[in-house]
Amino acid sequence: MNEAKNGILNEPFEVQAGPVASTVIVGAGPAGIRAAQTLLAHGLRPCLLDESLRGGGQVYRRQPEHFKRSAKALYGFEAGKAESVHATLDQLQHEIDYRPETLVWNAEARTLDTLRNGRAAQVPFKHLIVATGATDRILPVPGWTLPGVYSLGAAQIALKFQGCAIGERVVFAGSGPLLYLVAYQYAKAGATVAAVLDSSPFSAQARALPALLGQPSTLAKGLYYRAWLTAHGIPVHQGVHLHDIQGERRVSGVSWQQGNQRKNLACDAVAFAHALRSETQLADLLGCEFSWSALNRAWLPTRDAAGRSSVEGVYLAGDGAGIMGADAAEMAGELAALTLLGDIGYRIDRARSIELQRQLEAIQRFRQGLETAFPFPEDWAAKAPDRLTVCRCEEVSAGDIRQTVAEGHWEINRVKAMCRVGMGRCQGRMCGLAATEIVAHASGRDIASVGRLRGQAPIKPLPFGVEAEQ
Amino acid sequence: MALLKRLAERDRAVLPFTLDGQPASGLQGDTLLTAVLTAKDSLRGSDFSGEPRAGFCLMGACQDCWVKLGDGRRVRACSTMLEADVFVSREPGRSV
Amino acid sequence: MSQPFEVDAVVIGGGIVGASAALFLALSGKRVALLERDFFGSHSSGVNYGGVRRQGRPLSQLPLSRRAHEIWGDLRAFIGTDGEYVRSGHLKLARSDKDMAALVAYEQASRGFGMELQLLDHAQLRARFPWAGDVAVGASLCAEDGHANPRLVSPAFASAARRAGAQTFEQAHVSEVAHDGQSFLVRTASGLSFRAPWLLNCAGAWAAQLARQFGEPVPMRAGHPAMLVTEPLPMFMDVSTGVEGGGIYARQVARGNCVLGGGQGFPLDPATARPGQAAILEILRNAVELYPPLAGAQAIRTWSGTEGYLPDREPVLGASSTQPGLLHGFGFAGSGFQIGPAAGEALAQMVCAGASNIDLGAFSINRFQTHPPLQLQSHPPTPAIVVPSGTDNVTPLFRGRSNP
Repeated sequence: MNEAKNGILNEPFEVQAGPVASTVIVGAGPAGIRAAQTLLAHGLRPCLLDESLRGGGQVYRRQPEHFKRSAKALYGFEAGKAESVHATLDQLQHEIDYRPETLVWNAEARTLDTLRNGRAAQVPFKHLIVATGATDRILPVPGWTLPGVYSLGAAQIALKFQGCAIGERVVFAGSGPLLYLVAYQYAKAGATVAAVLDSSPFSAQARALPALLGQPSTLAKGLYYRAWLTAHGIPVHQGVHLHDIQGERRVSGVSWQQGNQRKNLACDAVAFAHALRSETQLADLLGCEFSWSALNRAWLPTRDAAGRSSVEGVYLAGDGAGIMGADAAEMAGELAALTLLGDIGYRIDRARSIELQRQLEAIQRFRQGLETAFPFPEDWAAKAPDRLTVCRCEEVSAGDIRQTVAEGHWEINRVKAMCRVGMGRCQGRMCGLAATEIVAHASGRDIASVGRLRGQAPIKPLPFGVEAEQ
Repeated sequence: MALLKRLAERDRAVLPFTLDGQPASGLQGDTLLTAVLTAKDSLRGSDFSGEPRAGFCLMGACQDCWVKLGDGRRVRACSTMLEADVFVSREPGRSV
Repeated sequence: MSQPFEVDAVVIGGGIVGASAALFLALSGKRVALLERDFFGSHSSGVNYGGVRRQGRPLSQLPLSRRAHEIWGDLRAFIGTDGEYVRSGHLKLARSDKDMAALVAYEQASRGFGMELQLLDHAQLRARFPWAGDVAVGASLCAEDGHANPRLVSPAFASAARRAGAQTFEQAHVSEVAHDGQSFLVRTASGLSFRAPWLLNCAGAWAAQLARQFGEPVPMRAGHPAMLVTEPLPMFMDVSTGVEGGGIYARQVARGNCVLGGGQGFPLDPATARPGQAAILEILRNAVELYPPLAGAQAIRTWSGTEGYLPDREPVLGASSTQPGLLHGFGFAGSGFQIGPAAGEALAQMVCAGASNIDLGAFSINRFQTHPPLQLQSHPPTPAIVVPSGTDNVTPLFRGRSNP
């Protein structure tokens, strides 16, 4: 990003006053950092709230301070981008009101409620950029609660942030770009990758080729990981339905179905996910309007092409409002900041804003291609056995959910009220989408009509005995 | 037995701590999750069937890695850094 | 539009009062239609604290509450589930000698209603409930009171009504109510219509609108209890608890979660509410001195709902004074869960027998009348009035004590 291009500071309509910035960003990943940078370049000093210790988001999460691996070793092809995002945060953090290790647990009346080191505080805002990111999208499989089973993102974090593999012999399963990337990173780091089990058939990836060619470098990286794994003798199976994960008190193996064949493999760890899902609780508590996204197969906060939500003064950027990846997040963060600045009377570089929108549209087309290449396994709900634990917090099974549907319930919050699915500590982050799939399938309803789990404070658990800051 | 396997960054200062009343050690820069799971194979018991759990998402989302500290605080092991001489205890969960 | 359903009674509002009324009417062989705008028991009947408590109610409510206690005792027979109902006891804690004196006075005044209250001094409290915080100087125990899961119990009353023969409709927003001099005509936005000689107004916080349409305005206000639940904790407390003078109330369910309430939230729109950060933080800061085992625990979810309050905190329960065939049952001031089934039964008795077994005089809508009632004999037909979806008469209650 070119700061010189960002135009000359104009007098804003509203004067910044008081000890707290009235422009706030939630999330210090690629979107939030670029948003902060853009605001600062125009003379606005935002407050940047982030749950993590050192920023970077999940994708560019930094290893602890005294670790020694190079950016190349950690981020591969993306090392340059990761270093740039980190360097930007390092530069910014003393010029803005940067608050790491700060959980935003509620939003109410244009005030965010935060928790930092056991102390509660309030952060009022006039303008807010929500860049809350994503977590893995999980379609549970019998045995997924066993020690040794992690999400794909978790497997990557163990390696990147802690220098650890999740086991001695690891199976990677699911679908999406992360599947091959993490398997590759593990193998490169010296772990034993027992197999890669891709739920999408090879034919789907061939079909997706035209759309994927829109982002040739991304496509090339994907093909590279896939080819590297095969070249190094790592078995890659496609069109696979992960049947179950076995083990008594920890993982001992997996079995899967490929065509008519059932296959087994011994392993002591499994990493799996089907792409990503947006973290939308904060947008929900802020009152943002949601709409159904067929592409993401999820209800998402609506944003216009420039990043505005339906709530005045609230902007959405990055994967928290629809999965588009890290590059798009950087652009969307900058774009949302420019839009915000324009809306409050700053002179901005309109051409830059239009260019960002154009680039994001191109990524969106590529994203369509990825969805074709790694299609959502729509038969997952039909295949999920009754004994499958869907909600790992409340230990609610697929059979429990189907029983609730059989009693006449079909709306997801209602199903939650009846059988507790999604009611536990994680508030349905891990199981909500899977539960919705089962409810839709069991009730014969369209997936969109089942609804979405309402966001409820606290966004994450909140301790008793919490004291007010100051 | 250990769940996680250290592949890199092994050259770090050793931090002693107490796990379930027994002496244990981790490395500087470990999360509590790493420190525990490079020695043991679970972090907690599930709430309603007492089954072993060892976290899942490692990014503070799944809430399945809570452990108890000596001062009574309960924390997510995946997002809490190990400090020397800390007391960590694993809760067994229960069957309802 | 299709022909209206001809029934004996239409019940508007599928909370615990309306669903119980529908259940008892169906059990008496009446044709009844139960209409709910959202889902059965999804508002204050389903999201309340879950206290099933006689102790602490005004004496005026105790006859009805005593009957409700019998229904709760036979809950599975009535609704086919126990809804996690347990007669755990209800312990009302006193934080000062003055509060303890109020508990003593209540024990004396409420004798004769079968509650068998036991007064505990500091030592007795400590001996029987060792978890109680030192701020409690004494308590009053009603051993046969208890708690239940409102999410399960309230919808189960509607399911039981359906099994007993009632026609039950969810997502049925009433858009129009009229009376042609002989019977009521009720239409829903979903295109249903009903004709019936009896209409039961059990629409909770939204009931004042219908009352006003029939010339009986009531000064109803909305309250929004702040509620939260903890993660599952080791069992330490079996009784449901409250505090004399208001404040925090808490119970622990068999799965280990503690449900706590206290203070007021705020409305998001006429149909939904949030607990509000101030009330949540207040509970998190103050609960530990009353319930020390909560130290170190985490709250995992908060919620609120919309409850109807009349100025005297008594419900409106009984016949309309302006419109024959119209019965009211609303305004339970956040305390309708325990008493709801008996209130529904009393309304059903008025339809079936012309009067309820229990005197409802204290709950008459007449108490809000500013001019004499209309002459019932010469009552003219009420023109159809379209009920708007907004509820302008529901105004937020000031933040104050809740009524556990």
